[in-house]
Amino acid sequence: MIWQFDTLILLLLLVAAVVSLRLRDLLAASVVFGIYSFLMCLLWAEMAAVDVAFTEAAVGAGVSALFMIATVYQTTRKSSD
Amino acid sequence: MRLFGLFAVLVTGALLLYGVKDFPHYGAADSPANGGIVPRYYLENTMKDARVPNAVTTTLADYRGYDTMFETSVVFTAGVAIFAILRVFGGDRNRHHPDSLRIRGDQFRIIVGTTSRLLIAPIQLFALYVLAHGHHSPGGGFQGGVIIGASFLLLSVARNLGESLTRLPEQRFFTLGATGVLIYAGIGLLCLLLGHHFLDYRALQHVLPGVSPEMARSHGILGVEIGVAITVSSIMFAIYANLSTRGELKKGL
Repeated sequence: MIWQFDTLILLLLLVAAVVSLRLRDLLAASVVFGIYSFLMCLLWAEMAAVDVAFTEAAVGAGVSALFMIATVYQTTRKSSD
Repeated sequence: MRLFGLFAVLVTGALLLYGVKDFPHYGAADSPANGGIVPRYYLENTMKDARVPNAVTTTLADYRGYDTMFETSVVFTAGVAIFAILRVFGGDRNRHHPDSLRIRGDQFRIIVGTTSRLLIAPIQLFALYVLAHGHHSPGGGFQGGVIIGASFLLLSVARNLGESLTRLPEQRFFTLGATGVLIYAGIGLLCLLLGHHFLDYRALQHVLPGVSPEMARSHGILGVEIGVAITVSSIMFAIYANLSTRGELKKGL
């Protein structure tokens, strides 16, 4: 565990979380959420939980981002709030 | 309402941070995850019991096999729920496609199509490797299954949904989803029929000739992981197919 690396990932994680909540374009928000998942995956790998990191990369970043994009395409792209 | 939301988030966040104080230090030898009797048994005996170096796999599929079996059922139930909520038969509903969502860049179709065609076979091969090599490295049924599902999703996104539906029709992916759960529970039941406890894979030494009880456990783990992978991959595709077409299973993105 390298604390400088950890802190950097954690900061980027916070930025990604806030940005994905604030964005009005839901398609962009889904993509930022995928970035959030990848950062989370890096954090798991950093903490030596490689199996969890692998699952996060496959499910969180890979498939669920695509699910959200598919849903955005079938609903509306602009957030109303 | 917004103020209330902010207040709720701040209070919950503060409580969570307060709770962190009681956590053991990172990597502490006396933390419950490292020093407890049960985890220590798992870590020390995974090689002796099942000849599997990856303790995560042994814990997931053997020591706590019930958990994983019901997790697989949860995945299957999620697929069935999505089907029950979204799927519509016949009837051309008024599809609204806001203009902002029109996909531009038709001239790149050949590039995207060729790239994805080149990628899909390696992705599926990697998925099988992840599935079969879960005993020795990170990975296993869930991850391998998701990656196989992702290769079908890539095919549906890069070309169209119909293309992947000709390879994996609706009846087949739901049959496969149920088959995976049945493989898992069936292996458990087989152990029961052979005179051991449910999911006690040592029983499989009676049906696999020339296999020690430990190797039987290792093979039993592989068997249930295959069941998990079949369910997860087909249900991932089922969820995507229903979400991306509003349950019509036509056209898609």
